[in-house]
Amino acid sequence: MRYLVEHPERVLQLTADHVRIVGISILVAAAIGIPIGIVVTRLRWLEGPILTSSGVLYTVPSLALFAILIPYTGLGASTAIVALVLYSLLAIVRNTVAGIDGVPPAALDAARGMGMTGRQLLVLVELPLALPVILAGVRLATVAAIGIATIAAVIGAGGLGRLIFDGIRLIDPEPIVAGTVVASALALSADWALARLGIVLRRDLGRSAGEG
Amino acid sequence: MRGDPLEFITYISEHEEQFLRLLGQHLQVTLLSVAIGIAIALPLAVVVVRVDRLAKPMTTLANVGQTIPSLAILGLMLPILGIGFLPTLFALTIRAILPIFLNAYVGIRGVDRAVVDAARGMGTSNSQLLLLVELPLASPVIFAGIQTATVQNIGIATLAAYIGGGGLGDLILQGLAMLDTSVLLAGAVPVALLAMVTEIILGRLRRVVVPRGLQIDIK
Amino acid sequence: MIALEHLSKVFTSHGQTVAAVDDVNLEVGEGELHVLIGPSGSGKTTTMRMINRLETPTSGRITIDGRDVRTLDVVELRRSIGYVIQQGGLLPHFTVAENVAMVPRLLGWKRQQRRERAHELLALVGLPPERFADRYPRQLSGGQQQRVGVARALAADPPIVLMDEPFGAVDPITRKQLQRELRRIQGEVKKTIVFVTHDIAEAFLLGDRIVLMSEGRVVQNGPPADLLRRPAAPYVTAFIGEDRGLRALAYTSLSEVAMAVPNAVPVTGAILPGTLSLVEAGRELVAVGPANGDGFWVGDEVGNPSGYVTYRQFATEIAERLAAEGVVGESAEAVMADAVPR
Repeated sequence: MRYLVEHPERVLQLTADHVRIVGISILVAAAIGIPIGIVVTRLRWLEGPILTSSGVLYTVPSLALFAILIPYTGLGASTAIVALVLYSLLAIVRNTVAGIDGVPPAALDAARGMGMTGRQLLVLVELPLALPVILAGVRLATVAAIGIATIAAVIGAGGLGRLIFDGIRLIDPEPIVAGTVVASALALSADWALARLGIVLRRDLGRSAGEG
Repeated sequence: MRGDPLEFITYISEHEEQFLRLLGQHLQVTLLSVAIGIAIALPLAVVVVRVDRLAKPMTTLANVGQTIPSLAILGLMLPILGIGFLPTLFALTIRAILPIFLNAYVGIRGVDRAVVDAARGMGTSNSQLLLLVELPLASPVIFAGIQTATVQNIGIATLAAYIGGGGLGDLILQGLAMLDTSVLLAGAVPVALLAMVTEIILGRLRRVVVPRGLQIDIK
Repeated sequence: MIALEHLSKVFTSHGQTVAAVDDVNLEVGEGELHVLIGPSGSGKTTTMRMINRLETPTSGRITIDGRDVRTLDVVELRRSIGYVIQQGGLLPHFTVAENVAMVPRLLGWKRQQRRERAHELLALVGLPPERFADRYPRQLSGGQQQRVGVARALAADPPIVLMDEPFGAVDPITRKQLQRELRRIQGEVKKTIVFVTHDIAEAFLLGDRIVLMSEGRVVQNGPPADLLRRPAAPYVTAFIGEDRGLRALAYTSLSEVAMAVPNAVPVTGAILPGTLSLVEAGRELVAVGPANGDGFWVGDEVGNPSGYVTYRQFATEIAERLAAEGVVGESAEAVMADAVPR
């Protein structure tokens, strides 16, 4: 813990880098992944190919994926973000599909009976009801991305991985422990916060369903 | 960065001996860590299922453990175990225990209570209950944990190069240091293929391992 | 014989103690089927589960043929007692035959011997072994799974069988069928059976004795007819429910209402067995159609005419019983219409 006390600015700076890389990645992944998930529920034949390919992509070791991307996107944060987006797609697409599939048929029937168009059905019924499941996917992706992002320090993307690599180079556990503690704390608090948000969403959905 | 992206194939064929040695190291440390991981995590899960008050602390510990970056676990081995094979194996084993333990615990706990009740009512001893009922019924979930651990450890083993543990990560590290795409990809592409192929093979193997009566499409 | 003496079981949850079973005394004679019945939370299942020691009594004791179950090895005890639960509790990764032969396997029987036994029992419960032995539980319907559950309980030929709501999860038609099958099987194997249910019709159909429980205590323990004719408490009548009039008909036999043979009446038409209940007799009459004359003959055990019932008297007997049980209006008329040929 000594390192944290002695180098607060550096730790803070690297934490900010880390949060920025992960945050941008998750936002981009959600912006791509949720529409893909919606398309999959409409064009069912896409489900197999899309889920299989994102599943296989997920198995590629992060260091290898960074390395493979370098010839195209170079060294630095942009490569890290591309890789993290690719990893995050799996959980977000899969949960979007599962969430929409899980909407009670009775709710869909009622909405169609009221004369909703396909678009209204999606925006007013399917997405709101699927939101907690989609959010659970975002949560999984975020926690994983915080861990993977530590490795991005190898390709010069900055972040808390820098502390760990410093420690390895100097054979000094202090910076490693500092980086680990902050990264783990970041993952646990993101997990907790997104879980809370999910609970609140579910409760609100329950209430509006009760009122309606 | 310089060079044609496909030049890495030439690099591998020119350095075949080195490449095979690194691939061998990679596979060795991965498989050994998963094997030791199974040997530790499975009995642990069985004990935790039986001793209820261990459940909460152990699953919390495993979940928190999952958030520690793999790189950090490797790095923390350095001051304790030095560099090379042993700290790599140690770190990878810790990483393997987590998913295997969690899956085995959830799998055994998830066995239908009615089935366990019926089996106990028939007079199965504790070990018979475990071997004839609980483990076979939990086997799909346990196997999924082993699959996760194996594929994940292939990935983490690439990081072993940073603590002198060898493996295909060595080539990636060299490539980064020399800014040479062909060396970089000579490590990265094979290791990516290795992970994908392992995932697919273990996925197939799962169908062999899962008891026939549990496969949904039986008719 | 199974004897439960001053048996109690107290559960503690959230700092509160609840007496799930409270000073229960029971004797289940050899070859008898006793039904434990009551609403959920009445302690019937807990009582049963203490017999094969899946639950431990807080006080009191259980003996089987005079031996305290606590002194027996728990695993051996359970292997000597058949156990059937709702939905069968079949092991999904074993075939039907392997499921049936589970206890023999635990007892170390040879493979061939186990297989023969499994086939024998599948035939007994009405599942042709050549079709069912090698299937998996998930390939069977609910009713078929339940039959396998019964076969499995009988596999090692245990003298005692415990059945915990075994037919609770199947549709009413299948349930009726399974109940009749169980009666047939019990007629063949004569086990000592403790049967837990919350279905009063099932209790009356199967039980040699019915043990009605409420809040951990036995409210009444007796033959089915006793619960109808001499309810020990208002609770008994309330539990048996609104259609108790119909049940009363089901538990009154023809021989009870038949008159001594009047000399003037010639023996013609069908002779109905005296063991038929009034309901069954009514159905029979509808089926065979009215005979000549003003009534029908009732036979003794070997079928010799031993009594006579006029149609008028038959109708009166039914009406009186329904009236006595407070069944009035349409349902009484419906029964009469069903029972008495015009």
